[in-house]
This record gives sequence, structure tokens and C-alpha cells, in this order.
Amino acid sequence: MTADRPIGEDELHAFLDGALEEGRHAAVRRYLDAHPEEQARLAAYRRQGEALREALAPFADQALPAELSLKTLAERRRKALAGRHRFAAAVAILCIGGLSGWFGRAAVAPPARGIDALGREAVDNYTVYASDTLRPVELASDQRATLTRWVSERLDAPVQAPDLQGAGYGFLGGRLVTTPNGPAALFVYDGTFGDRLTVMVRPMEIDRNSPMSERSYGMLDGVTWSKNGLGFSVVAPRASTDLLPVAEDVRRQASFS
Amino acid sequence: MTDMEQLIEPVIPGLRRYANALVRDPAEADDLVQDCLERAVARWGQRRADNDTRSWLYAILHNLAVNRWRKLSRRGVMAPIDTVDPRSLSVAPAQEHGLDRADVLRALDSLPDEYRSVILLVTVEGLPYAEAARVLGVPLGTVMSRLSRGRARLAAALAEGAPVKSHLRRVK
Repeated sequence: MTADRPIGEDELHAFLDGALEEGRHAAVRRYLDAHPEEQARLAAYRRQGEALREALAPFADQALPAELSLKTLAERRRKALAGRHRFAAAVAILCIGGLSGWFGRAAVAPPARGIDALGREAVDNYTVYASDTLRPVELASDQRATLTRWVSERLDAPVQAPDLQGAGYGFLGGRLVTTPNGPAALFVYDGTFGDRLTVMVRPMEIDRNSPMSERSYGMLDGVTWSKNGLGFSVVAPRASTDLLPVAEDVRRQASFS
Repeated sequence: MTDMEQLIEPVIPGLRRYANALVRDPAEADDLVQDCLERAVARWGQRRADNDTRSWLYAILHNLAVNRWRKLSRRGVMAPIDTVDPRSLSVAPAQEHGLDRADVLRALDSLPDEYRSVILLVTVEGLPYAEAARVLGVPLGTVMSRLSRGRARLAAALAEGAPVKSHLRRVK
């Protein structure tokens, strides 16, 4: 029965790669015997594969340098993590200073609404939630759909968590957070060394279309912009990553949603 | 030796080969592999299962490479292939089948990235189609169609005598 099926292009490649379904070999061979031009094509593919394997083989055979030893890498990570704990403590102290300054300001002036305020709000929410080891998010990554519905409804705009896997940040989840300018969506991501990155989104009353700008807030860096009335802010610890490409990635994904 | 070392270490030579094939600058390739291994060590607990280790590692490496290309191309730091250190390209001709090794690598470089990675993962790294699909984050059918088109284009490039056209290579 299977022998009667016509031979597909995929099967020719599977034949070449040793991945052909049992029982199809005879049929493929018959086909190739009857079609010399196809046989020649596969032979050329086989030759190019062999040439590639030969040309690249030396790279797999060379001795491993110390930087690629797993033992060294694992050891370095342990040290780096110990450093991170001290760093987190420093961020926490800094934020107490920052927050008291913020509230002091609120007492004498109405809350700022624009793009600068957005950046500040994102940093405040980062320090409260991203550093939370027990429950950084309300809805975890496996409830992405529920999260999207929830924040989109509350912000009255289609808002969903960008996928930052390509930049090396795994999606942890998100929640609705409060700002002096109403609700915002906060998405939390996990980086290589357990470093966190957040993306905060809220509607903008003013500065509805602002270009991307990068600012540092103590030991945190933030990239902020707005488009069509939605403000975005990406926050991560200083120098843990090059933040601009990640922000570009967020902006690109947001323009598709 | 820990489980982690036992599962990761056998894959490292292949990761280096893949990285070198993608970026073709030995120092940059090793940087990529180091970056990949650091992430793997940090996220060992997040991978799906032990039998997935290989495709998981290749996927991390692939994403890092793609990310680096994006970054480099946005900053416009590109150089023609002729400025690449010739030592990284000088490989002896393999006369037994008439294909020069340098020619086949140059022909490979003339392909778009999505064809290059599929051909490398399947032909050189020996990944089953399903694993290649996981590495690239695309459906199996996409792997098959890219493999088919990629092989045809590679054969065409080789047949033309692997023209040394002004294809831009990314170097650091």
C-alpha cells in the first residue's frame, strides 16, 4: 500500500539523510532508477553535504579552551550569583531613597503624566515586583491568554506580553499594577543570571507618540517610548544587558499586535 | 562529574562547529558558544527533559547568533568577505569529490540565513528533522521546504563556480 504512493520531495531528502520511513527504500530506489536527473540531483546534494562536513570538521576537533570548560563556567556562575545578592541589597536600599523622594514630590506637585513619569513608574514597579522571589507575577507564563485578556480589558487596549526568548529572556508572567496615572500591565522576564527584566505598558494621556529614549535610574536602566497612545517602558539592572535591542524587539512586536 | 556536565559536554564540539559555520570568525564563534554554555548552566532547571538537551543547547546558540546578527546589522558593522582573516577561510581542497572546501563554505555563505541554518543542522550536525524544527522554532514542514530550497540553491551556487560576489559577511 505505502509502496504505491508517489515519491515526494521530502522523501528524497529523508532518503539522503537516513530518515526515510521503513518500507519506502525500494520505492525510492525504483524512482531514482527511472529518473536519472533526480539521481544526479541527489548525488550532488550528497557531495555538497560531504564537502561541508569535511570543511567544518576541524572546528569540532580542536582542543577546548578553558573558557568553554563547564567546570569553569559553573564555578563562575556561583561567584556571580553571590555577587548578585549583594547587588540586590544595594538596589533595595537605593529604592527606599528613590521612593521617599518620589512621595515627597507628590505632596507638593500633581503627579506627572508624561513619558518621564512613565519611566519612573516602571522603575518603581520593577523594584517592588521584579525583585520579589516569592511571587513576582500574579499570572504565570502558562496563563498567558488569561493575562492578555485581563490587562487588555483593564487598559482598554490590546496589550500582550512580548516574546523575548530571542534576546535571552524567558517570560515569567505578569500582573496589573498601579501607577499615579491609572492601571498598567507589568510583564516580568528572567535572564541568564537570574537577572530580571520588566516591560510595563499603560495608556498615555499626553506624550502619546514619543521616540525611544534611554535613561538610568540609579542602578537600573530604562528605555521608554510611546506609540498611538500606549506607553512602554523596559527596565533592567544597569549593564546586565544591552537594553536598546530588547526594547526594539518589544516595539516591533507591539506594532504587530 | 555532574549530570549536567555529562549531558552538555558531548554536545560542545558540535556547538563550536555550528557557531563557526554561522559566524566564521573563530574568536567570535567561541564567544557565542561560551555565552550559550553560560546560559545553559544558569537555566539547567528550565529545560524540558534530559533527552532534549542537544536541541535545547543548539536552540540557545542559534538564538544568540540571530540576536547578534540583528544587533550588528542594525549598527551597520559589516565587512565584505574579503576582509575576513584569510586564515579562518583557508582550508585545503578536498579533491576526492572535486569540491573545494573553501568553495563550499563560500557557496554556503551566499545563502540566506534561514537556509544556511537548516542545511547545517541537518547535514553537518546530524540533527533529526524534528530536532532541527525545535532548534529553529519552526514547524517540521518549514524545515523540509527550507532544506529542499536550500540544497537546491547551494547546488546552484556551487555549479556557478561559487561566485565570489559582494555578499556581505558579518564580522565583529
